[in-house]
Amino acid sequence: MTDESQPSAFEGIEGEGTEIDASSARMPEGIEKTHPSIDPLGARFGDAILRHEVSAGDEHIVYVEAERSLEILEWLKDDPDQSFNYLSDVTAVDYGGDRPIQVVYQLYSIPFRRALRIKVELPVEALEIDSVVSLWQSANWLEREVYDLFGVRFRNHPDLRRILMPPNYAEGHPLRKDFPLRGRFSRAEQTRRALEMDADDYYVEAQLGPGREPQLVPWQELGGEPVKKREPDAESGDGTKEEGP
Amino acid sequence: MTKRTVEYQVSRTPELGTDFKPAQGLMTPTELEEPSLLSENMLINVGPQHPATHGVLRLILELDGETVVRCEPNIGYLHSSFEKLAEYRTYNQIVTLTDRMDYLAPLIYNCAHVMAVEKLMGIEVTERCKVLRVIMMELDRIFSHLLWLGTWAIDVGAFTPFLYSFQEREKVYSLHESFTGARITTSATRVGGLMADVPEGWPEGVREFAHGVVKTLDEVEYLLSTNSIHLGRTQGVGAISGEDAINYGFSGPNLRASGVPYDVRKDRPYYDYETYDFEVPIGEHGDCYDRYMVRMEEMRQSVRILHQALDRLPDGPVDVDDPRVVLPTKTDAMNDMESMIHHFKQIMDGIKAPPGECYFPVEGSKGELGMYVVSDGGPKPIRWRVRPPSFVNLSVIPKLVEGELLADVIMVNASLDIVLGEIDR
Repeated sequence: MTDESQPSAFEGIEGEGTEIDASSARMPEGIEKTHPSIDPLGARFGDAILRHEVSAGDEHIVYVEAERSLEILEWLKDDPDQSFNYLSDVTAVDYGGDRPIQVVYQLYSIPFRRALRIKVELPVEALEIDSVVSLWQSANWLEREVYDLFGVRFRNHPDLRRILMPPNYAEGHPLRKDFPLRGRFSRAEQTRRALEMDADDYYVEAQLGPGREPQLVPWQELGGEPVKKREPDAESGDGTKEEGP
Repeated sequence: MTKRTVEYQVSRTPELGTDFKPAQGLMTPTELEEPSLLSENMLINVGPQHPATHGVLRLILELDGETVVRCEPNIGYLHSSFEKLAEYRTYNQIVTLTDRMDYLAPLIYNCAHVMAVEKLMGIEVTERCKVLRVIMMELDRIFSHLLWLGTWAIDVGAFTPFLYSFQEREKVYSLHESFTGARITTSATRVGGLMADVPEGWPEGVREFAHGVVKTLDEVEYLLSTNSIHLGRTQGVGAISGEDAINYGFSGPNLRASGVPYDVRKDRPYYDYETYDFEVPIGEHGDCYDRYMVRMEEMRQSVRILHQALDRLPDGPVDVDDPRVVLPTKTDAMNDMESMIHHFKQIMDGIKAPPGECYFPVEGSKGELGMYVVSDGGPKPIRWRVRPPSFVNLSVIPKLVEGELLADVIMVNASLDIVLGEIDR
């Protein structure tokens, strides 16, 4: 099965009449071409606001600098004229190749009924950004998911570990474009690794309650460190190089 | 650790005074003793195969006596990587992934996905299609809430409401089946329309259901809403303030139970929801009981919308007249050169969305369901993301249950109305 088709394969045959004019996207009368947050953002943060795009007719996207993203998001949340108090979603987009991975924040202001999308572009070799859990608690699991599936590390996240994939998953970050659909390891390799697993590697001595004998508990569930050394490839996907697909 | 007050009567048959209250009064110790140094915390594992976790959810609870000290949800058992799979499928093929995510309200997911793609492509669907999708979404909102109602009642210890609500659900299953041929994996929508027009008599079936479900709701409310066991188990349990609920990302009935009137149908209306006459019920205390009341009222409001939508259901085609996205009829494809080319291009290439991206939120049965589609101009999305309402709602559970009793964990979990297919994706 040739399911490793990368997005470059999309450059297929252009048929007549298949192009769609993006500017003719559904634009009801009176839709706002401008967003009331764009100008204040530019005035306040200047160079940190990289560019502004409108997509699908009425969706405003602001690209900001990675270094100042936390500051900008904090202002958007706390400024009384902005009040983006609801963080709908945190996700990431990988366009493949060497193009940067985008971290996407979907903001919504419940009092003003206004949406805004903030994007931060991170180069593939330096996937690190400030966590926004201190602003919105809803970012906790969403950022863990982005870390799990894309490998973006969030600084100062209270509990950054895998969430959907198992904690000892060694094949890397599945939603990256360089990750093949069927995984990096062959079925035989997956079986071999599963058989080699030792339950003791995943337990840590912990004291549950004062004055109690320490007992073995699964470290990945309680945020401790393993008894034995944890496999390095669970973190960065480096260990995936030793085994080809 | 919070201290809990315990009230108990000294005598089982107290002497009553003139005001019919116990003459001696209640003996009320103000607080429990401090846990001694030798108190032991216990690690208890709920799930992943447990009837009260509503799926393969695993909760690791650390208990001091019966009080939850720490709660650690563990998810991912049902992970199917739908978002990765979607990057290898054309837009119409993705529809089949959506109803496997939320198998309790598949039609809402079907609709939400194609609505996002249609917005990205700038397609305006026909009036009949719009109204039919509204009917489908409201039908499945009731469908999903009915399952929540049945399991909620079981968790609280009442079995009868479960039978009542599942009897009603069976009617929706039949409606699904008569429309799409499938009871759960409906895959009813296509970009630009529906898989087919609804069969004859289907709108009448929906109306019959809408009349019948109200009677069932009355019966269940009679059983539950003032039942003292139900009140004792749910009132004041798992409460969260409106401000916290927003900060923690609650959406849907859970958010509204905390008094925040945020409903995507009202605040970011789509499909003419602003022209339907319905109310958004909100709660006051944000506890389990309010979440129950909000959902019960939401079902009645959905019935109202159903009736209005059925009244205004116009005749006409369900698919847009756009050969780029809608397949020509088989007769045309066989006899007409142009139709054959369109047919061929659509089957072999797929529908191409213009480069760009679109985040389309709809009010799902669990909360704000956002479909985020990123296209580079090809027939397959570069990124297909579902903003999962249950996922974000479930992430709040440690805050809700820490300090509560073990038995309350079950009620809080039931009140959140999660579906693990969508959490794990």
